[in-house]
Amino acid sequence: MTALAALIRRDIRIAVRVGGGALIGVLFFLTVTVLMPFAIGPDLALLTRLGPAILWFGALLASLLTLDRLFTADHEDGSLDLIVMGRAPLELACAAKALAHWLAAGLPLIVATPVLGLLLNLDATATAAVALTLLVGTPALTFTGMIGAALAVTLHRGGLLLAVLVLPLSIPVLIFGVAASQAAITGPLSFGTPFSILCALSLVSLVVGPFAAAASLRHGLD
Amino acid sequence: MTLIDLANPTKFLSLTARVLPWLTGATAIFLLVGFYQAAMAPDDYQQGATAKIMFVHVPNAWLAMFVWGVMSVAALGTLVWRHPLADVAAKAATPIGAAFTFLALVTGSLWGRPMWGTYWEWDARMTSVLILFLMYLGLMALWRAVDDPSRAARAAAVLTLVGALNLPIIKFSVDWWNTLHQPAAVLRMGGTSLDKAFLIPLLVMAVGFSLLFVTLHLAAMRNEILRRRVRSLQMMQASQQAA
Repeated sequence: MTALAALIRRDIRIAVRVGGGALIGVLFFLTVTVLMPFAIGPDLALLTRLGPAILWFGALLASLLTLDRLFTADHEDGSLDLIVMGRAPLELACAAKALAHWLAAGLPLIVATPVLGLLLNLDATATAAVALTLLVGTPALTFTGMIGAALAVTLHRGGLLLAVLVLPLSIPVLIFGVAASQAAITGPLSFGTPFSILCALSLVSLVVGPFAAAASLRHGLD
Repeated sequence: MTLIDLANPTKFLSLTARVLPWLTGATAIFLLVGFYQAAMAPDDYQQGATAKIMFVHVPNAWLAMFVWGVMSVAALGTLVWRHPLADVAAKAATPIGAAFTFLALVTGSLWGRPMWGTYWEWDARMTSVLILFLMYLGLMALWRAVDDPSRAARAAAVLTLVGALNLPIIKFSVDWWNTLHQPAAVLRMGGTSLDKAFLIPLLVMAVGFSLLFVTLHLAAMRNEILRRRVRSLQMMQASQQAA
């Protein structure tokens, strides 16, 4: 248990220090959201309607792009081999790494959401709904994306291949995340149903992600 | 003859060499009979002759999902039993499955044009088949990204199993998404039960296309084994020249 806590602390510390790049994800999120009105037009009513979808899409891309480094840096300096050989189960170690990654790169996205909501002309309820759905939805993105990151590090390929493999798997999260936000803003459906399914998706990925990533690392590293 | 005997590629090659001509013949007979029966089937009273696209479309759509099942079994063979032919089977099945999925999409789109007035509708079924197609293409990209076949095989096996878990969830969420957007316009086939005049040709075609898959799959597996032999021979030659 102390080993896992130490792993989480170490990963967060590396991520927020110079060269870590956790905060680049937030910057990317901000830039993508700012770019959207240039493509759609400065119509505030339209931006209000598309706001939740834009924020969710930005968060999806931001968490995908930061995932590339989840295992690669550890693989390059050899600490990934130590984690694989260590006494803590590899599944739990993978879960700890993903949790640390979410704390360092996922939480800042949610903190930034209210500011971006202002830019997209969302009112307080809508912003709160998007922030809440992102809070329960982004762990699912991180934990399914971790499977892609583990595949990428065993194949020595990252970037586009990872995106192509992981993006189809994140479709359910995107659907229910946007649906729950829209339900809170306009109705007519209740917020609870899609929100509970979103929570369920996060819990399922919490179980499946570490096992698949650990299997991939165990079979793939040499 | 058990599954473990087939682990020897030479035995597998000699067995498939004997079986393949028979399979090819059976496939040809079933498909010919199926196409003849489909051509002779009566026109649908609403859709006319266009309903006959069903005889190609439905078996393709069925195989699109079935092939992912075959690949999942092969993936288990790679990861759990380390069966040497499992990754060959998985690799050979991927492009064939992608082709069946593509054909299901194309025939469905051609059928949709006269019936619904559009080539593409974001209907739940069509969307989930499109996502299935994207996942096949992703797997093919994964196979092509790495030059070492066994390393690619293990990565592809993990991804195939994750996909098998995720595909029902994706299907469910796309259904949900579509009913949210357009509740009334769910397009359905005429009735729940097909008439015998349509059912028998459809079943014959389904058997024919399944046999086609088995034939193509075994042939592709043979090719893959031979390709790997050529590759290792080339590696041997290269290392001898270097020494």
